[in-house]
Amino acid sequence: MDDLIQEFLAETTESLNALDSDIVKLEQNPDDKDLIGRIFRLVHTIKGTCGFLGLPRLEAVAHHSENIMGRYRDGSLQVTVDSVSLILEAFDCIKEIVAGIAETEKEPEGDDSDLIARLDAVFEGKDAPSAPKAATSEPKEKAKAEKKEFVPTPEQLFEPVKAEGYSPAAPASEEKTAAPAKPAAKPATAAKPVAPAETAHPAANTATSATPAGESSLRVNVEVLENLMTMVSELVLTRNQLLQILRTQNDSPFTPPLQRLSHVVSDLQEGVMQTRMQPIGNAWSKLTRIIRDISVELGKKINLDMRGSETELDRQVLELIKDPLTHMVRNSGDHGIEPPAERLAAGKPEEGTILLNAFHEGGHIVIEISDDGRGLNTDRIRKKAVEKGVATEEQVKNMTEQQIQQFIFAAGFSTAEKITSVSGRGVGMDVVRTNIEKIGGTIEMKSVEGKGTTFTIKIPLTLAIVSALIVEASGERFAIPQISVQELVRLSKTGENKLEEIHGTPVMRLRDRLLPLVSLTKILKLEEAQGQRINKQVIVVEVGAQTFGIIVDRVFDTEEIVVKPVSPVLKNIRLFSGNTILGDGSVIMILDPNGIANAVGKIADVHKESGKTHEGVRAVSDNERKTSLLIFKAGPGAPRAVPLSLVSRLEDFEVDKIEISGQQKVIQYRGALMPLIPFNDKMILKEKGSQPVLVFSDRDRSMGLMVDSIVDIVEERINVQITSENKFGMLGSAIIHGQAMDVIDVGHFLSIAHNDWFGAKSDGQFQKKGKPMKILLVDDSPFFRNMLSPMLSIAGYDVVSTQSGFDAMDLCNAGEHFDLIISDIEMPGMNGYEFAQRVKSSDSKWRNTPLFALSSHATAQDLDRGKAAGFNDYIAKFDREALLRSIASLGEAA
Amino acid sequence: MTKTDKESTANGGNKEFLTATIAGQTFGIPVLQVQDVLGEQKVTRVPLARKEIAGSLNLRGRVVTAINLRHKLGMPEKPAELKTMYIVVEHKGELYSLIVDSVGEVLSLPDKDFEKTPATLEASWRALAIGIYRLKEQLLVILDVPGMLEGLFTKDDAA
Repeated sequence: MDDLIQEFLAETTESLNALDSDIVKLEQNPDDKDLIGRIFRLVHTIKGTCGFLGLPRLEAVAHHSENIMGRYRDGSLQVTVDSVSLILEAFDCIKEIVAGIAETEKEPEGDDSDLIARLDAVFEGKDAPSAPKAATSEPKEKAKAEKKEFVPTPEQLFEPVKAEGYSPAAPASEEKTAAPAKPAAKPATAAKPVAPAETAHPAANTATSATPAGESSLRVNVEVLENLMTMVSELVLTRNQLLQILRTQNDSPFTPPLQRLSHVVSDLQEGVMQTRMQPIGNAWSKLTRIIRDISVELGKKINLDMRGSETELDRQVLELIKDPLTHMVRNSGDHGIEPPAERLAAGKPEEGTILLNAFHEGGHIVIEISDDGRGLNTDRIRKKAVEKGVATEEQVKNMTEQQIQQFIFAAGFSTAEKITSVSGRGVGMDVVRTNIEKIGGTIEMKSVEGKGTTFTIKIPLTLAIVSALIVEASGERFAIPQISVQELVRLSKTGENKLEEIHGTPVMRLRDRLLPLVSLTKILKLEEAQGQRINKQVIVVEVGAQTFGIIVDRVFDTEEIVVKPVSPVLKNIRLFSGNTILGDGSVIMILDPNGIANAVGKIADVHKESGKTHEGVRAVSDNERKTSLLIFKAGPGAPRAVPLSLVSRLEDFEVDKIEISGQQKVIQYRGALMPLIPFNDKMILKEKGSQPVLVFSDRDRSMGLMVDSIVDIVEERINVQITSENKFGMLGSAIIHGQAMDVIDVGHFLSIAHNDWFGAKSDGQFQKKGKPMKILLVDDSPFFRNMLSPMLSIAGYDVVSTQSGFDAMDLCNAGEHFDLIISDIEMPGMNGYEFAQRVKSSDSKWRNTPLFALSSHATAQDLDRGKAAGFNDYIAKFDREALLRSIASLGEAA
Repeated sequence: MTKTDKESTANGGNKEFLTATIAGQTFGIPVLQVQDVLGEQKVTRVPLARKEIAGSLNLRGRVVTAINLRHKLGMPEKPAELKTMYIVVEHKGELYSLIVDSVGEVLSLPDKDFEKTPATLEASWRALAIGIYRLKEQLLVILDVPGMLEGLFTKDDAA
């Protein structure tokens, strides 16, 4: 039998049983809103599932019953004895059909039009007409008979334990290799051994006869497993104590049996733990089908992208989030993704994407469900909220978009224009939220109209088992979840992996990049370990887009640990995600790399152009672009680097040609006097011979920077790490040829030579009166951002820079206003052309803002393409003059 | 609370307390609140935690937070040679253990010997005590365990 049908039968039978008693309760308390809501949801679930399984008869009956429940819920229909009996009759009919499916795997033949007609009559507010005898009594009786067989107490009481729980890697292959996975799909058979007195259910019989392997799965109450788990933990601890004692004894007769005991206990522990863990992919498997059916039914093209399906989580948790997940994915497909025509009109690919992503993060499992559909319509939600009386007109007026969007989590809230059989009765989100919060999780939503919606579910790992690295700092042990650990590096006193400092901040060279380091001892405010110099180790961790190293004294081993939540009195310490008991019985804290990253601040760089920080303007981690760099030596210390593109010429001047004018060294160069600046004061200038000089030119001005020697010109991917403090004349440091080098800030030297270099034109002619022009600079390369931002700032503009088009769009959506946007073309993620299209799209707040492209290659095709994408001007990256000129002309026009 | 105390005093009933000493002072803890009494334990320090939290210990697979009252009571830190004992109490489903120097006996005390905490007592002591029993040789300060644990959730004033 189809796995889905099998599962559906088990679920539905449970629901139906609950329904019977609930409906009877309802008859006694017709005003119990919670009860009505619960019944409604149960019927809704049955209806929804039928729709996907292609069970039209069942779906029709459920749908029409649901209609009545809907009116009960709205309060527009009185709960009467007659209508309740009718609903019960409908449920009996449902049971009959379900029993039929269990027997034959097909919906039994039958005609429900009479029942449906009567349901509809009640729905329309007429009295329930008495049933024509012949039509109802027979199925009713039959249903009763079925019901007896169907009372699935075991199913209700015991959660299924699937066989594949013993082999966590199995589910990925589950669908492909049907044979070994099959037994797991037969939970119904389990009813037999557990409750032998119960008449075996026909489906069970069929299933058993078809696949004898069905016997290998058994439903066990989760509580039993939970108890087992606790006892096994105790056992492990005791075992460890025994082994500890044994180590102090020589030739003990206990050795062989104890070792055997030890092995058995280990296996037992593993086994019990595994019974609880299941990959989230198990809950996702049926989503593919659901999405496909939605696509077919609604004529949409939807691609379901599932990532991290191997992420394991506690079975119980998995069970609880299954339905919410299904609901949300269904919602995304139904409401989120637009029909192909609408998508094309909005400039999106015809095929919509729903992305499911699961991963461990700091003691939590995070599940993201995002779609690139139409997003939430704030206006409609606002209207609906007032309509439904959730909020008053006055309240709604003062709410932010974000707040208004949260209304979708309110009970009975649905903005779908039509009620379809797929969704749109407002069951969804309130239930989803309740279910997630029940297991201590959180759900967040971010939606941008026209762009899509992202839901982020965070579920604590209370009982989940994680693999963790045990480390020591200042004599205390801590666990770091293995999941965020990238690699381990031993710090050495010399050589490649030595600890270096930039302004007191420890860093380390790791291959071709600088790795910021934090000391665990320092951030935990522990005392530095005394005594012998310990060979420290660095744990490279990755948190979101950040990578950094944690310095620890020792690394022990990895251990599977059971995460226990920290005591409530310690919850305020964000550096810990939980605690655990190690094999030796000691309690240790589990570090939360996320919390550490937050505690040390944004470790990479934070840009503060014109004294502003913006949320979403984040640090840059990696720059893939190759840049030609000129390496030179000047004064003591490591060689320095400067982008070759900024250097006009390299010259050797005869020392005796250098003259002094005022305080300044100058030289006659190309018919003008050019100031010469020594790189720094510590530099010893040559007395005779020739002096190497880097010439920087701009417009009609030039300036020479005196250096000791030119070392090399290299082409490298540079990743400039911006120094936190303003080191004089330095932009930051980068690893070039395996060496940390300072990259110089040419602007600094230019302004020494000519005080008015950048300010040459800042006489106000291109500035709006009073207020400087506000420019947004979008460039993924920190180097160019840091090159251009100061230059533009000096020229009198107010500059904000972001590292990507996405960040820029965030600013746009946040309502930021700019007079001009300058964007790079080649950027990861969203390139300049795409960015331009977004900026210039008809619904963009920035569609009227001038947009300049900035690129290192500017061929005729590039220019055309840029113009087509919506750029107003196209400027070569190093043509500073052209840029300033363009901005100036813009200022004049304004 | 004074009302019920007066009533029970009038009835002349008895209450049972476990006694323990910290820095020479004897304290009483209502026996019904005590889950367990432990000897020397390995306590893991929790960095960055407030001063009263000495660390965590493992009690049969459960993590128990150890509370050091000396700081709150303005007492000197425990001399290293002194033994430590732990009185385990439960509060809102979580286990805590109070660190004491020694645990005495369980006393059944008549309600008539109970007195309210003197108003002249230091504020920090008054905050931790429900009242005092007059014993023959000494005074027994009854600890307000739930109140004291609840106090750990307030802002750390002494950090």
